[in-house]
Amino acid sequence: MLVLDRVGKTYPNGVHALQRFTAKIPQGEIVAIIGGSGCGKSTLLRAVAGLDRASTGTIVLDDIHIAAPHAKIGIIFQEPRLLPWLSVADNIGFGLSDLPADIRRDKVAAALARVGLTEKAKAWPRELSGGQAQRVAIARALVPQPEVLLLDEPFSALDAFTRRDLQDHLLDLWADTRPTLVLVTHDVDEAVVLADRVLVMRPRPGRLFAEIQVNLARPRDRASPLFDAVKRRVMTALDRSLDRNAPDDASESAAGEAMWW
Amino acid sequence: MAMTLDTPALDGSDAIDTPATPGRWRHVARPALGVLLPLAVALVWEFVVGSGWSNGRLVPPPSRIFTTIMELARSGELSRHIAATLSRVGAGFGLGVVAGTLLGAISGYWGLARRLLDPTVQALRAIPSIAWVPLFILWLGIFETSKIALIAVGVFFPVYLGVMGAILSVDRKIVEVGRTFRLSGPAMIRRILLPAVLPAYVVSLRVGLGLGWMFVVAAEFMGASEGLGYLLIDGQQLGKPAQILAAITIFAILGKTTDWLIELVSAPLLRWQDAFRPGGDH
Repeated sequence: MLVLDRVGKTYPNGVHALQRFTAKIPQGEIVAIIGGSGCGKSTLLRAVAGLDRASTGTIVLDDIHIAAPHAKIGIIFQEPRLLPWLSVADNIGFGLSDLPADIRRDKVAAALARVGLTEKAKAWPRELSGGQAQRVAIARALVPQPEVLLLDEPFSALDAFTRRDLQDHLLDLWADTRPTLVLVTHDVDEAVVLADRVLVMRPRPGRLFAEIQVNLARPRDRASPLFDAVKRRVMTALDRSLDRNAPDDASESAAGEAMWW
Repeated sequence: MAMTLDTPALDGSDAIDTPATPGRWRHVARPALGVLLPLAVALVWEFVVGSGWSNGRLVPPPSRIFTTIMELARSGELSRHIAATLSRVGAGFGLGVVAGTLLGAISGYWGLARRLLDPTVQALRAIPSIAWVPLFILWLGIFETSKIALIAVGVFFPVYLGVMGAILSVDRKIVEVGRTFRLSGPAMIRRILLPAVLPAYVVSLRVGLGLGWMFVVAAEFMGASEGLGYLLIDGQQLGKPAQILAAITIFAILGKTTDWLIELVSAPLLRWQDAFRPGGDH
């Protein structure tokens, strides 16, 4: 269980990026955090990753207080951030340096096969396409078997086709060990395809606005009317979150209201 | 040279018939193209002097320079001069690299040291290094120490700047990857910072070595009894232009060779970065 309790962040320059964000995320749940720019979603993710300290509130994972990067928490960034001087295989094994070499080799080989890049094991990162590089990044984050995997707009730099491919692929990989996924995105489609629950945030200061359950069986059909209905609810909430006059509404927003288009 | 010039790449019909292969010949033919001009000038001058149109007293033809080198080599003098110069460059380069790397790394890694140290280093850098010569002679005497010190000063600055700049420009995003995997300080340096700064470091070493060769000449001008720089001065004072050109030729060969050695040693470490294309289309 990942518990975020009234997490807030004020930067030294006075920018109030995040205010009293509270959420409980059970082990194995997939949560998407969506919101307009400046709503503090990346700030929140970096705090959970332990890369930045929250100014107020606490982040607790299974009784562990998170204030610095932790072995149980992995993160995937918008860019693959592969180390250009390491081969694909060595990049994937980067977080396994404590293990004996033969165990590391086996784990890396298994991960390479799992992301379908076995024949690229010895390639340099510069020789990969954007989608392949991001798959290596996913493998690198998953191979130490984190309990929580954070994803900061992981597919936003990819073309639409590759993005869909990787979304499906991520779900496949998630099913192996079922870590908790916390996904920050600005893509409604992506949020609804992947998440059990969508948290909509609103900007200035960043805070939770609405919470939408996605009770659709996987694999999800992007063309189904049910899928579309959930997407509309998320879009409506997103739209209202940008309206300065709308009241904060952290409860589940009513379905089908205010068809603004 | 004859070998490269005889390659089929220069055979027009062959190259047109097989459009897939020219790339392979081009990386042989292109350097050969660059050699063409100096080679032509040398041959023409050789011919002009050989046929008596000029006596070649001030500008000796290539054959006379070559003979001079061979004479120097036979008498054992050449190896003595080369050894003297090489050991000065080696010692000065070594000292300059060690000092530049240490101080550059400290300045790059540690903000307080940078604010304390860097302004002074930058101010010293603004002084033309040759200006130190009189002081070094007063302090260190006219023998080896002052020469090595001058070379070391010349090597120090590019290495210092290269290391500091490289550390400061390491991508924060890559460092963050190290942080998410909880690398300790030393592990962060070994696994992230060192490989990240290596390309810029190699460049700074090569620049430093170039300056080392430059300053060894200056150092040997200020009163040396052996070394290639001494050969230059000796050639000027005794009116032996062939000896001057012989020394210059050897400087060129040594400079190019040592630079190539750095490239050779560092190449396996930088393979990840080198955009090598087997087709060789650039």
